[in-house]
Amino acid sequence: MIERSVEISFEFDGKNYPAFDGETIAAALLRSNVLNIRNAPSGSPRGIFCVMGACQECVVEIDGIKVEACRTSVADGLIIKRAHDV
Amino acid sequence: MYDVIVLGAGPAGANAALEAADNGLKTLLLDEQKVAGGQVWRAKSKSILKAPSTEASEKGDELRTKINQSAIEVKFNSRVWHIEKQDDDTWLMASDAEQLTAKALIIATGSQERIIPTQGWTLPGVIGLGGATVLFKEHMMVPGRRTVVAGNGPLVFLVASEIIRLKGTVAAVVSLNNRIDWLKALPSMLSNPSLAWQGFKWIFKLYKMRVPVFWQHGINKIEGKEKVEGVTVIKVDHNWHKSDQAEQYIPAESVCYGHGLMPAIEATRLAGADHHYDELLGGWVPTIDKYGRTSVSNLYACGDNAGILGVSVAPMRGRMAALAVLEDLTGKKHNKKDLKIFDKAKKIGLAATALSIPRSGLQSFITKDTEVCRCECISRREIEHEIKTGALSPNAVKSGTRCGMGPCGGRYCSESLALITQHISKKTRSEIGLSTARSPLRPVALDDISNEIDYDKLPIPGVSPL
Repeated sequence: MIERSVEISFEFDGKNYPAFDGETIAAALLRSNVLNIRNAPSGSPRGIFCVMGACQECVVEIDGIKVEACRTSVADGLIIKRAHDV
Repeated sequence: MYDVIVLGAGPAGANAALEAADNGLKTLLLDEQKVAGGQVWRAKSKSILKAPSTEASEKGDELRTKINQSAIEVKFNSRVWHIEKQDDDTWLMASDAEQLTAKALIIATGSQERIIPTQGWTLPGVIGLGGATVLFKEHMMVPGRRTVVAGNGPLVFLVASEIIRLKGTVAAVVSLNNRIDWLKALPSMLSNPSLAWQGFKWIFKLYKMRVPVFWQHGINKIEGKEKVEGVTVIKVDHNWHKSDQAEQYIPAESVCYGHGLMPAIEATRLAGADHHYDELLGGWVPTIDKYGRTSVSNLYACGDNAGILGVSVAPMRGRMAALAVLEDLTGKKHNKKDLKIFDKAKKIGLAATALSIPRSGLQSFITKDTEVCRCECISRREIEHEIKTGALSPNAVKSGTRCGMGPCGGRYCSESLALITQHISKKTRSEIGLSTARSPLRPVALDDISNEIDYDKLPIPGVSPL
């Protein structure tokens, strides 16, 4: 019996996904089974790894600023891009 | 100027701050998370309006209430990226765009996960065991659809049993420890029966749910192209070296994986404290007295970053560090009977940590092509080449290959680098040492440092010894 907040919607890499208001981007993407979040310099795909703000694998871009998906809350209508050159 | 700044609001740091504030010290408590509790008592996300409580959530809520009712000043969501001692013996810290000063500094940054690479460990769908506990506690969600849980130490069984509690599917548990390792840890754990009982409940639950448990096995390869599709598991010898027995394939969509916890020592190292290697305490630790005084005056360490002893002693360690600050700043003596309780409780922590000590054979899982440094994509082959041509220190490998120079600051490769160096050079971990500690402690936005920081005050570190 877990009661969650209202559902909102955000955009990642050009597609819309649902999220519960107040949760992190990382949690919302994982719930939609979006695992591939960025590419490492070698091109290999990467996703959420440490989930506590240390490894920098889940870095995404919001308004041109790089943030960790696991430490940043989603907001309704938020536009998130894949980060390059992390 | 604060009397004391506490860095880290987990059970140790928060209790240090409470004790300091209760004794009249002007106290600031800092954490990079949104609220207090650390990883172990991590608060639920704001998106969860109602949920059954757990021991961690109750203890965390109790702690957060105490902090709210205290005189402690708090700054959450704030990232300390620089620490230095000023000429007048006080501490200067840069936290995001702010400069903070204090007479004493208590470091309570907790632990970080040790994750030794295996083939495919960078695939999306692979997360750390500690990371999985964040998903349980903060988000009440499972790490994926069909999960293999692997590695060593008690966290493996905790994570598997939590996935089941949250209605996920555990495809298999793959434990490097064998049953005998667990039996050996038992006598010390029994001095805290509730903790030992908890461990048994985890294992019993898995057997009841008919989850396959592979004792004394490791993950040889995580398979998949764009994300995890399965794993192959392989038997290990007593040193956890891969055996030549046949592998077994297990289809899976996610992997939770880790090799125990290590003290998070970046902050005490940057602050200049002496450290030494003690595998029983989880690896490199600041050298401290019983109260947490480091080798640097007015610098204290408490909690798992001062040696992995777990949550049962963390609050006590925090309070002891605060009492040391009180004594050193004001000359006020305190009751020392705490120490006896501490010595007894310490044994339990040491027993759990014993299951997590990485053994030398773990390096056999890092194949030549496996990326050891995730950030800069440096393979074992490149690192071995560097070591074999004379780079015997982490600093030398770092400057030759960029291993450890990415945004994680070497947190996730330094341990593997040391294991590989040890394998080739036969040196001890103490002899191999660590790479030079540098700021920023965490990546910091340019906006944050372009505001108020006085550049002239930031020292330029000397050239690192190779």
